Amino acid sequence: MEFFIQQVVAGLTSGAIYACVALGLVMIFVSTDHINFAQGEMAMFATYIAWALIDAGVPYWIAFGSTILIAFVGGLLIQRFILKPLENAPVLALVVCFIALLSIFNAMAGMIWSYTIKPFPSPFPALDLTGHGLVNVRQLGVVGVTLIMLGILTVFFRYTTLGLAMRAAAQNASSARLMGVRVSWMLALGWGLAAAIGATAGMLVAPLVFLDPNMMTGILVYGFAAALVGGIANPAGAVLGGFIVGVLENLVGSYVIGNELKLTFALAMVVGVLLFKPAGLFGRVIVKRV
Amino acid sequence: MGAILEAKGVSAWYGLIQAVTEVDLQVEQGGVTALLGANGAGKTTTLRALCNMVRRSGTTTFDGVDISRRSTEDIVRMGVAHVPEGRGTFVALTVEENLKLAFHTRRDRAAAMRDMDLVFDYFPRLKERIRQQAGTLSGGEQQMLAIARALMLAPRLMLLDEPSFGLAPLIVQEIFRILRQINRDAKVSMLIVEQNAALALELADQVYLLETGSVVTSGPSDMVRNDEALRKAYLGY
Ligand SMILES: Nc1ncnc2c1ncn2[C@@H]1O[C@H](COP(=O)(O)OP(=O)(O)OP(=O)(O)O)[C@@H](O)[C@H]1O
Ligand SMILES: [Mg+2]
Repeated sequence: MEFFIQQVVAGLTSGAIYACVALGLVMIFVSTDHINFAQGEMAMFATYIAWALIDAGVPYWIAFGSTILIAFVGGLLIQRFILKPLENAPVLALVVCFIALLSIFNAMAGMIWSYTIKPFPSPFPALDLTGHGLVNVRQLGVVGVTLIMLGILTVFFRYTTLGLAMRAAAQNASSARLMGVRVSWMLALGWGLAAAIGATAGMLVAPLVFLDPNMMTGILVYGFAAALVGGIANPAGAVLGGFIVGVLENLVGSYVIGNELKLTFALAMVVGVLLFKPAGLFGRVIVKRV
Repeated sequence: MGAILEAKGVSAWYGLIQAVTEVDLQVEQGGVTALLGANGAGKTTTLRALCNMVRRSGTTTFDGVDISRRSTEDIVRMGVAHVPEGRGTFVALTVEENLKLAFHTRRDRAAAMRDMDLVFDYFPRLKERIRQQAGTLSGGEQQMLAIARALMLAPRLMLLDEPSFGLAPLIVQEIFRILRQINRDAKVSMLIVEQNAALALELADQVYLLETGSVVTSGPSDMVRNDEALRKAYLGY
């Protein structure tokens, strides 16, 4: 029983990270209708920036905040300078562009910071809370940060007019323009937010897996699985999807198929969801009159 | 009383195909101008050209200001509200959210809140459905919502693209009664595109007849109403 609970808690912790990655994917999907394959590498690159700041003596939380800000601006610039010129390009061109971004960030990180792995600090102590090694502060911290982020995003999209304008722009761009919404800035904002969310995910992952340029590769697959399970257009669903994928992956890994096949399991989930429930388990079907 | 909107030599293209050729037209300050013509004559394209939604050339001035090179968003923010063909409903947003979108664009929040009450006075049906997902509204209600959304922008000029399209006669009458009220009470000038020529002629003071992308006749609406040959030839009644 104790082992089971440990696995669930560990699953929730990694689930929180998948949830963050999924949130970034959902963010871009909701605001631009694209799947950003470079989401993971952008997160990794941002994490290196955080590492460099901390290495230079900046206090953790200041580095954390600055990295999120830098990532936000970076995401904004990527949209303005790389994707905006491709506004009318076919989807395949965009996919190629995302993959190019992925390799560029990967190579740049390797070039600037080398491919040797680096330890990354966590702001949360690995302090045991129950006395049985069941739950520690670090795990709670990771889950907490994810939930806070979900909360901020939910409030932003549901209760601010800027969030409303972003949703409108994504749904019907030309109609949004006719309401005076500057659609192309809304897309840029979506990219900025996604990059900021990704940076947070990266900084949560790094203490668990060590920092290296390929740190996010596997995690992105879990992030996809989470986003798809939750419904790619639904932030709360993506977070729930993250937790589900995290817990299932851990339980299936330790009881059924062994740790080596975990990633395969995530891929199987992606395929399964796409085949049987493309809108995701919690994806809201939009009622539309025809 | 000058013109609030003036178009000179406006042409428009879709790719290499020219859909509108050298159109001149005016909307008087506080007036209603109707743009009539058969299917495919270029009415929608003309409206799109006026707010820079298609590739176009020629000069457009709004209230004396040249808007030929302004972005659609800027033109809207200056006070030109376009109620598009197909209604442009944000189907996954609620009725309230559709309307509140104007809060993002407008600086004067207090006045915008008052306009929301005003809009509900015009369209009490929308108030009853305020939390309903807009995609589930009936066609008539969606047309009302489209007009209401435009009104939320506190426009000085409205471009209306076939507000009667696909609606039952009773609803059409209701919508036109409200449009007349908006024109009189809120002093909103209008440029209206219609298939229902008789209805549009009643509302409008000036008329332009469009055929294959060019203006063939224009004048006061009485003139067109009383000219049987013209009516038969271009309006089919
Ligand atoms: N998106 C488009 N791409 C290419 N051609 C178009 C497009 N929209 C319209 N056209 C063409 O431009 C011409 C004018 O179309 P437009 O929609 O302006 O006509 P309309 O007068 O509004 O007709 P209707 O009364 O049927 O709405 C038509 O020949 C049409 O086929
Ligand atoms: Mg039309």
